[in-house]
Amino acid sequence: MSAQTVERILTQHQGASRDALIPILQEVQEAEGYLSREAVIQISKHLKLPASKIYGVATFYNQFRFQPKGKYHFMVCRGTACHVKGSDKVLQTVMKQLKLSPGQTSRDRMFSLEVVACMGACGLAPVVNVNGEFYAKVSPRKLAQIIQSCREKEAVNAPR
Amino acid sequence: MITFEADGRTIQANEGETILTALKREGIQVPTLCHMEGLPPSGACRLCVVEVEGSPTLTPACSFPVAPGMKIKTRSPKVLEARRTNVELLLSNHPDDCLYCARNGKCDLQTLSMEMGIRQRLYRGKKTTRELDVSSPSILRDPDKCILCGRCVRVCEEVQGISAIDFVNRGSRAFIGTAFDTGLNLSSCVNCGQCVLVCPTGALSETSSLADVVAALSDPDKLVVAQHAPAVSVSLAEEFGVKPGTDLDGKMVAALRRVGFDRVFDTSFAADLTIMEEGSELVHRIKTGGVLPMLTSCSPGWIKFVEEFYPEFIPNISTCKSPQQMMGAVIKSFFAQREAVDPAKIVSVSIMPCTAKKFECSRPEMAPGHIPDVDYVLTTRELGQLLRMFGIDLAAMEPEGADTPFGERSSAGKIFGASGGVMEAAVRSAYFLITGKEYPDLKIQPIRGMHGCKEVRLNIDGLELGAAVVSGLGQARKLLDQIKAGRKDLHFIEVMTCPGGCINGGGQPLKADLEAVKSRMQALYKIDREEQLRVSHRNKWVLRLYEEFLGKPLSETSHRLLHTHYAQRDVLL
Ligand code: SF4
Ligand code: SF4
Ligand code: SF4
Ligand code: FES
Ligand code: FES
Repeated sequence: MSAQTVERILTQHQGASRDALIPILQEVQEAEGYLSREAVIQISKHLKLPASKIYGVATFYNQFRFQPKGKYHFMVCRGTACHVKGSDKVLQTVMKQLKLSPGQTSRDRMFSLEVVACMGACGLAPVVNVNGEFYAKVSPRKLAQIIQSCREKEAVNAPR
Repeated sequence: MITFEADGRTIQANEGETILTALKREGIQVPTLCHMEGLPPSGACRLCVVEVEGSPTLTPACSFPVAPGMKIKTRSPKVLEARRTNVELLLSNHPDDCLYCARNGKCDLQTLSMEMGIRQRLYRGKKTTRELDVSSPSILRDPDKCILCGRCVRVCEEVQGISAIDFVNRGSRAFIGTAFDTGLNLSSCVNCGQCVLVCPTGALSETSSLADVVAALSDPDKLVVAQHAPAVSVSLAEEFGVKPGTDLDGKMVAALRRVGFDRVFDTSFAADLTIMEEGSELVHRIKTGGVLPMLTSCSPGWIKFVEEFYPEFIPNISTCKSPQQMMGAVIKSFFAQREAVDPAKIVSVSIMPCTAKKFECSRPEMAPGHIPDVDYVLTTRELGQLLRMFGIDLAAMEPEGADTPFGERSSAGKIFGASGGVMEAAVRSAYFLITGKEYPDLKIQPIRGMHGCKEVRLNIDGLELGAAVVSGLGQARKLLDQIKAGRKDLHFIEVMTCPGGCINGGGQPLKADLEAVKSRMQALYKIDREEQLRVSHRNKWVLRLYEEFLGKPLSETSHRLLHTHYAQRDVLL
């Protein structure tokens, strides 16, 4: 899959220069969910840009991730409204409970964490989104429950 | 010529010149951090600010051109305040580890805070805590001491054409890293150490082998042998504050014996040996229609560069090992036999102007039968440290010479230390190999000097030879691209990883400017001028080594010990 997907995206940027880097990275991430090493190598060859440059540019923006998303993808909003309502604590809690830093995915690919700027739901601040589902006014306690319920679901699913 | 004013003095300057350059000539020093001689300004650190009349903000002197009638203040309270604040901000998250730091005493950040009169910590930021990168056999990275000036990134990209490292993340989380933040050993880094030379702080240094060498020296069961590269004797002086370009060859040899090395050899001997092998290989390739142009193989950063970026040129690389590795190989074979010692008891230490040599000696190709040709590499800087640690007063040494059975070197071997030296030495001997006569004028002026790319066409007995000499891998890239695009007039190309050659190697004394590097180069050519033995093929000890051990150049023994092969390398480019 992946190599061809990236190839397809790159052919749409034939003869592109480094200006096309961000759109390409966005498209690849859109299609793949993250930027794999292989993808970065392909892009680097296509644009004749060193991999370190691409990594540097990609890490400059918060939107790119370098590990595939977990089964449960947590997005914690750190926008202004959420910040005022204590999203800092929320993030700390998630990081501690999942043992993950933003951008990381757990080894079993179960959980991943992403920090985003305003999700456009400021009225519900602080906001956490798990696999597309919004959780409003999350307190550290509420978070613990959300995480617990993910874990329970997995325990049920797990083969006995 | 234009006229402007600085601190009330009228100053002449050239059109288009930066304020910094014009002031410097006038004896007005402006502190800089991100500025790099010979590269376009980046304007990142804002340490070089001055006040320009009529301008509401302070102006960076490194990137702003002088204009006629400009009125500048370089030491107004506003300027001094801004500079001090900039340094204080750099210090705000600094570990303050000076006592334990590789740069202690040679650090620009120390110097600046001293010059600015900073006596207390005004801003208290969160200290960076990133792990040391100890992955590379050559370069040690301590990100906590990094002040993000960007010099390493620039030299790696703009001079060396590698781009192994770049800025990662942004804002307070920014750091210098490789692609995917791997260890440097997995990146495209070629271990040249040019980044170490330009780093103002202790964030970059060499991976030190000093402790291992000191341990070996005190082990009674080991025979510890040293070799020293051609460029070391003309640079070591700077480690001790002696004028750049002072040759300390004999004193250094004496000092090495005092330190406890059982034998001291000169790598220039092995350079002569290299010439015999490489010269013969070149003649062989030309006569038999082998792969041309032949590319030199003395410089390990360059070899890794080809393996990574231009694997299609691997067949062009001479199969000769570098002089360091040849020396190591004959020490653990011929010398060991002659002395009747078990090669496993020999600890072979080489003193090099180079960080990439540390990587080279650890390559599996360089350890036939799992016995490494060379065990440890010390840089010129580490040698300085060793002598200081052992309390040896270099100035007081009576000069001594190298040990048998490698007791002699030609000055052709010695000029290997400068870009163009290998080519010149090779031509002197190839001429002899082809014509049986000595090269009439032993000086090939067009390939001397600091230029990044030098070319010459030679006529040896009707044989037209196109020769090119490049130094700095950015330059090598350009030339290889020309050849890829169809250029066919070149037969032999010398490539040195570091701009100007080993005299400017990544293991050399810090804080050397272009003038110092030039002095080192001149010192080598002075040695050549004053030397009796100026061609490798007349080195009696080399000839004897062939007689007693190797047979003749390119013999089977030579091939087993002195030649090798390289292969494509997969890294994140
Ligand atoms: S980098 Fe310089 S200022 Fe920082 S700890 Fe080392 S010597 Fe001190
Ligand atoms: S050692 Fe050379 S190649 Fe490696 S990071 Fe430093 S400048 Fe770049
Ligand atoms: S490692 Fe050194 S040269 Fe590179 S950015 Fe940091 S302080 Fe500057
Ligand atoms: S700031 Fe969090 S949703 Fe707008
Ligand atoms: S030296 Fe001028 S901005 Fe850094």
